[in-house]
Amino acid sequence: MLQHFGPQVINLLAAVLLLLAFAMLSQRRILSLINLFAAQGFVLFLSTALVAALTDQKHLYVSAAVTLVLKVTLLPWILHRLIRRLNVKWDVETLINIPTTMLVGILLVILAFNLAAPISQLAGTVTRSTLGIALASMLLSFMMMITRSKAVPQVIGFLSMENGLFFAATAAVYGMPMVVELGVALDVLVAALILGIFIFEIRERFDTLDTRHLEKLKEH
Amino acid sequence: MPSLDATLLLIAAWLAIGLAGMLAPRSLRLASRVLFPGGAVAGLALAAVALQAIFGSPASRVLPLGLPDLPFHARIDALSAFFLLLLGAVAAGISTFACGYLRAGEGQPPGLQCLCYHAFLASMAAVLVADDAYFFMVAWETMALSSFFLVTSDHRHAEIRRAGYLYLLIAHLGAISILLCFGALQAGTGDYTFDAMRRIEQPAGWATVAFLLALAGFGAKAGVVPLHVWLPEAHPAAPSPVSALMSAVMLKTAVYGMLRVTLDLIGLPLWWWGVIALAAGLVSALFGIVFAAVQTDMKRLLAYSSIENIGLIMSGFGLTLLFRGFSMGTLAALALTATLYHCLNHAFFKSLLFLSAGSVLHATRERSLDRLGGLIQRMPWVAWCALVGTVAIAGLPPLNGFVSEWLLLQAFLFTPGLPHAYMNMLVPIAAAAIALAAALSGYVMVKFYGVIFLGQPREARLSETHDAGPWERTGLLWLAAGCVALGLAPVTVISLLDPITRSATGYGIGSHAGSWLFLAPIEPQRASYSPLLFFVVATLLVVVTWLSVRVFYHGRVRRSGPWDCGFPHLDARMQDTAEGFGQPVRHIFEPFFRVTLETPSPLDSRPRYRDLVEDRLWYWLYLPVARAVERVTVLVTVLQRGRISVYLMYSFATLLLLLLFVR
Repeated sequence: MLQHFGPQVINLLAAVLLLLAFAMLSQRRILSLINLFAAQGFVLFLSTALVAALTDQKHLYVSAAVTLVLKVTLLPWILHRLIRRLNVKWDVETLINIPTTMLVGILLVILAFNLAAPISQLAGTVTRSTLGIALASMLLSFMMMITRSKAVPQVIGFLSMENGLFFAATAAVYGMPMVVELGVALDVLVAALILGIFIFEIRERFDTLDTRHLEKLKEH
Repeated sequence: MPSLDATLLLIAAWLAIGLAGMLAPRSLRLASRVLFPGGAVAGLALAAVALQAIFGSPASRVLPLGLPDLPFHARIDALSAFFLLLLGAVAAGISTFACGYLRAGEGQPPGLQCLCYHAFLASMAAVLVADDAYFFMVAWETMALSSFFLVTSDHRHAEIRRAGYLYLLIAHLGAISILLCFGALQAGTGDYTFDAMRRIEQPAGWATVAFLLALAGFGAKAGVVPLHVWLPEAHPAAPSPVSALMSAVMLKTAVYGMLRVTLDLIGLPLWWWGVIALAAGLVSALFGIVFAAVQTDMKRLLAYSSIENIGLIMSGFGLTLLFRGFSMGTLAALALTATLYHCLNHAFFKSLLFLSAGSVLHATRERSLDRLGGLIQRMPWVAWCALVGTVAIAGLPPLNGFVSEWLLLQAFLFTPGLPHAYMNMLVPIAAAAIALAAALSGYVMVKFYGVIFLGQPREARLSETHDAGPWERTGLLWLAAGCVALGLAPVTVISLLDPITRSATGYGIGSHAGSWLFLAPIEPQRASYSPLLFFVVATLLVVVTWLSVRVFYHGRVRRSGPWDCGFPHLDARMQDTAEGFGQPVRHIFEPFFRVTLETPSPLDSRPRYRDLVEDRLWYWLYLPVARAVERVTVLVTVLQRGRISVYLMYSFATLLLLLLFVR
């Protein structure tokens, strides 16, 4: 039963992940952005747990648990607290308008699938068809970082990029070694904290969270 | 316990002591009464272990450290054991001194200094036992970084930060060069263990590349001209125990690296490498001592003197290569013995002098020679210990400096036997240059000692200074005792060096270096030296003179004012200054310096005299390079847009390009 439907469900989850990535790209409100990020984490948790059950890899259960704790609860909580303290719930201003962004995003997805095709042929895992999606969602998150001008969405874009990477790791090679995975998880946490401090500093200095004002720091 | 395991344990002990300092970073009592004494004991233990290991057979082991599939290899043989002995023995003295030297509120908190200091010691020991390029570079860089943090310990001063930056810059340039040298040595096999490098027979071209890279890389660390500029900046900036450690031991690890690469890893050197090393050494020796003569800051003076001594060591090393290249084994062994002996000697007397300078600095808060004077009255302990160091560094018998310089000159005097006509003509000139450097170093040391400790105090407040405390005295006495022992027992020391020269050149001079009384490195008819006899005769002469004065002198003392040339107001400021003492050298060696002189006009009511002596190399070599780098960076700044989105765009585009490229 599980062996039969498992790969199908993973494909479904991968599709949801990509959908969420597009949703984040088009979302204007920071609060919803955080919720989408949490949802993406949850999908990631489900798929990792499923891969673990399918392939009977004990360490993947641990990484699924880490994902649940870190990306579904802890990081969204930190981000929520951050925007409450900064009092920024208003709409996000984008540098490029959203429809254009979506079009570029679609191009990126095609490119990602194209790139991942030869690698998927090599990978012998049950999840190999999802590699293209993982790459695509990573590129989309990167794209989101570029198109936003405020600091908080950029941080969310950075964190969600890590989600794409993590999904790529589980999809192509059944996860990384435990040490690497724990290290990356810790890195993400530390990055979130440090970026949080940066955001406070930016507001302190420039009275705004718009990173366009950092242009003043340029050497002339 | 095998000596290698004991050494590794002691390295771990130093690291643990350093980390223990972080338990209570602000506690001066913990650092100065528990941790630094512990470090000194570990140093003594290391010296004892290394002393045994010199005569033992080489031992190696793979450590459970490092990256997966790339473990650290450690090995101890006679060469590394000798340098470990040097490190342990000198570090014991310096750590003991540091117990009394640490003060609250100076620089970093004591716990942090303790961490850096012991990490520095441990990394130097690790460099000496490393047996693969990876471990070596890790230890080497740890050494550079920990010493950088020690140098900038008082980082509130802009010039100290500048000195630290310069030091770090040149250390990194050197490290890159060393890394490339190992790359050349592994000869495309991908095996970076020293064992594999030993086995490879290098073609002459690659061996030369490796040698030149090693010379540049280790030379940058040792302070060989023209890569010496960091040395006179960093040594005065660091706290005195750190300057002592850097000058006495860290420079020697560079010498160790050079010996290890050329004599062990490459194996058989080409003769003309020796000429390059010899030339670099001679230039450094002369340059260093001439600059030392015109310094007015006591620690800068000592730093320049370190350049001179490294120059002497380098020329001994060059001579070793020269003899070895012509397969003249015994003479190569003699030159190598002189080189190693001088390493040991310099470690002892230079740390002694740096620590004495540190005591003076603490007692008077003054580094400028022109404001010191007459301190022998106020600080007799420091003054007498410094006298031992001064006599040793000036190369006077019966102390240790004489022995190694004498051995070096002996080695030079044998060069007429070289089977190369031009070398036969040129090397005697080199010997003359060495003799000149040795003589000038005597001159510089008379200036150093005379201006600080003799004469009258040049400032009123100097009469309130106090002598060094018991910890500092113990450290100074230990190092002074080392200088005396190394001077009086040369035959014993040379027998210690025997296993090294045997493994490096196939010959040793220890077995026939003479009896316990006479040192005769080649044969007694040619030259021999007996420090004990010299010492006994000199002591007897002093005693006899003293006794005869006691017996024959009438004992009536008449006190009166000194002859004052008819000028009645003599005061302490009329003594010969450091500036004045260096004046003849400045005139004779004018082309070496870039002098800026401001003399007041005779009508000036508030006359000020200022003169600035600078290093020409700074203007000829360093500033042009710095300007060129600056010009290139201006081109790169076009990329700097100041917008995060643009920067992200750069990475995004790079990522996409790379993905398309690998496809």
